[in-house]
Amino acid sequence: MSHSLDAYLVLAGILFSIGTFGYLARRNAISMLMSIELMLNAVNLTIIAFGAFIPSLKVQGSVIALIVLAVAAAEATVGLSIVIAIFRNKKTPLVDEYDTMRD
Amino acid sequence: MAIPDAVPFINLGWDDLLFIILSTVMIGTAILVVTLRDIIRCGLAMMVSFAALAGLYVLIGAPLVAAAQVLVYIGAISVLILFAIMLTQTKAGPARLVFQTQAVPAAVAAAVLGLLIALTVGATNWNAVDAPIRVGTAILAQVLFDQYVLPFEIVSVLLLAAVIGGIFLAKREPDSSI
Repeated sequence: MSHSLDAYLVLAGILFSIGTFGYLARRNAISMLMSIELMLNAVNLTIIAFGAFIPSLKVQGSVIALIVLAVAAAEATVGLSIVIAIFRNKKTPLVDEYDTMRD
Repeated sequence: MAIPDAVPFINLGWDDLLFIILSTVMIGTAILVVTLRDIIRCGLAMMVSFAALAGLYVLIGAPLVAAAQVLVYIGAISVLILFAIMLTQTKAGPARLVFQTQAVPAAVAAAVLGLLIALTVGATNWNAVDAPIRVGTAILAQVLFDQYVLPFEIVSVLLLAAVIGGIFLAKREPDSSI
């Protein structure tokens, strides 16, 4: 089981689906960011799995995964500071109460 | 004492057993992340999920990426998220409704997405080899700092820009009341 690419890809697919559900369904902005992190991790697992099981991608897979890791850190920094800035204005972390543009 | 080739009593290899344990922990805690009511517990469950994923990286033969996963995700991003939780949650937060009104359609959409991915994976021939290829740290470092040194440097500039942008976005305005 741990020697097949399909097992890792299906696992990453399940993790990505859980992240998608969390992103679509949660009301809290931080929860949505955590779901995005789950989805990024699923993509990283896919990249590593392809790198481990396809010989022509052997080293490149790890290089791409490391760069994705750094970009995910940058994304988390900016995303969380945007949430903090919005919270300072609106006094709520719930995204369905951010309705200024609806009025 | 020699360790037997397969797990006693059940006919599984050790790496298969580890794969099952780690993936169960990862998926279970990921479900906790998206369903728990208390958001601090969501953050802690997310750390466990990242740790199990680092274990899977070791199992698949990418130890350097596993170490980076522990340092960056568990060490940095989780702590950042926990700090953001402390800065942004109101006292009434956990008592309120956790999900949007479209939670059921979202669950259906996520299930359909997972099913589609599983079907696509099953129907495609990837020309994969039978056992994972280990990537040593020396060869990875050689490729990263020779062939891919420009993306590496661009990522470091991107991180610097993101940190400056984060400070700019999150800093208090001089005339704000809080």
